[in-house]
Amino acid sequence: MCGIAGIIYRNGEERQEVGRDMTRMLQAMKHRGPDSTGYALYRPDTDGYVMHVKLSEANGNGDFDFAERLRRQRSQIEDRLRSLGARVRDIDATAEHAMTVTFDHDGDLKQLADYVEDVRGAEVLSLGRSLEIVKDLGDAETVASDYRLNEFIGTHAIGHARMATESDVDIANAHPYWAYPFPDVAVVHNGQLTNYHQWRRRLERAGHRFQSECDSEIIAVYLAERMAQGDSLEESMRRSLHELDGVFTYICVTEDALGVAKDELGAKPLVLYESDDLVALASEEIAIRKVVDREIETYDPYEGAVMVWTR
Amino acid sequence: MDAVGATYDARGLVELDGTIPQISEIDGERAVLDARDLSTRKINAELRWLLYEQGVKDVTILNPSARHSLGVGILTRCRITFEGSLGYFGVGLIDGPEVQINGRVGWSVAENMMSGVVVIESNAGSLAGAALRGGDLVVKGQVGARTGIDQKGGTILVLGSAGSMTGFMMQRGRQIICGDVGPGLGDSMYDGTIYVGGKVASLGIDCVEGEWTDADTEYIERKFRIYGLGSPPELKKFVCGKKLYNYDSLEPSERKLVL
Repeated sequence: MCGIAGIIYRNGEERQEVGRDMTRMLQAMKHRGPDSTGYALYRPDTDGYVMHVKLSEANGNGDFDFAERLRRQRSQIEDRLRSLGARVRDIDATAEHAMTVTFDHDGDLKQLADYVEDVRGAEVLSLGRSLEIVKDLGDAETVASDYRLNEFIGTHAIGHARMATESDVDIANAHPYWAYPFPDVAVVHNGQLTNYHQWRRRLERAGHRFQSECDSEIIAVYLAERMAQGDSLEESMRRSLHELDGVFTYICVTEDALGVAKDELGAKPLVLYESDDLVALASEEIAIRKVVDREIETYDPYEGAVMVWTR
Repeated sequence: MDAVGATYDARGLVELDGTIPQISEIDGERAVLDARDLSTRKINAELRWLLYEQGVKDVTILNPSARHSLGVGILTRCRITFEGSLGYFGVGLIDGPEVQINGRVGWSVAENMMSGVVVIESNAGSLAGAALRGGDLVVKGQVGARTGIDQKGGTILVLGSAGSMTGFMMQRGRQIICGDVGPGLGDSMYDGTIYVGGKVASLGIDCVEGEWTDADTEYIERKFRIYGLGSPPELKKFVCGKKLYNYDSLEPSERKLVL
């Protein structure tokens, strides 16, 4: 089933408590997906890059080597970043099995991400000047408190409460997906894609990498591929309606825009609220009402809808 | 209370948590319930208590706050007003109530209504009036996809537009859509009638334009008059083409005799 949500503030430079708002929205839709919760949050542009890396997940209670393995991964990742010329400013190890690195870099980002991912068990969840992806098992309040997301001040965000149907319950298969290797692009999806294997083979031949077995990962990589060929976000999304089969509502975010697309059957829900101050959208109105606590005018966009807002 | 601790509500149906908040302001046959701090289960329990046990005939519910499954399974004649929006499955499985919703509703409003009236002042999500069997569902805004899927009776009246597959697998009853409709109108409908005022993106399989009669005019004018909607727009009528009727009413043994 899954619950998806997005919020973008329209009042220019003013920064908002986007982490807290997204947590409220996702917690209100916990019944749609209790398996894992994920966030893609955007902070106002910084001059450096932020990389979120997921380290190993423990192999059950008998994994005595786990803490040592995490420590080794951390130091290897740091070494590799430095060896490619990245100037590391800060390393934050909020959660046990994840790390957030802030750094400056002038070189090739794909090369950097590939080299970090080459550390066994490591996965780059997000990389960009403003994007930060956080995902973990549990409901929104659990993840938000583990990663201190309620303090996150930013401009826009998307989130996902997952009920696993097509692949495992673990962090790798949780949303949102980063459009590797494109900085600052992320996707959340509610639905099932039926031509997943076809697209996966096609995109793998084109040199893209996949970190999970989740069908939704295709959307992020597909959009990244289209945008790399010069399409705008909106053009890429319109094209996806014809090229991706199945049922879906997905939300895609970039550094300064938030877009939503619905399949041509209108099979998956989406409720939209637009005002001068903000645009909020979610699988259920009850989520929007946690951010805008009054009677509001909302509607369901129709089948085949593609809409994009910029901040 | 029986051996396992379950209690039963006024309809004889099992109630897992039987305590009723009893916070409504009751004034004779009227009552006002502020639902802000109640769970869905408590709101519905309170509503049933008012209607079945306190002799209340007219309930106003404040602050429904877009919650799901409110006012479901009410099987008595009464008047219910929601001052705000409902989530999914609002007033489903009802038989008798006259419901006024001063807000928007999510998916599957008035699903399987047997009789009664549901009037929605704003928009409705997909599957409005799914499997409707009787009564009138009036939406003054727009509706989502698959409106009146599997409809088996009653009337769905929409002043705005409707999404794809409107009247999908409809079996009886009528729909009046004053605005545009999405692709696949009346797909695989067995019977019933759909009136459309705006543009039809495309007709579904075996849905064809029907012949207009005086009875159609009388029926539409009557419905618009009842709900004070002014004069109806110019409408086109769509029915089942019955080209997919590849079966007949004969039993196999009877068919043998005919052959």
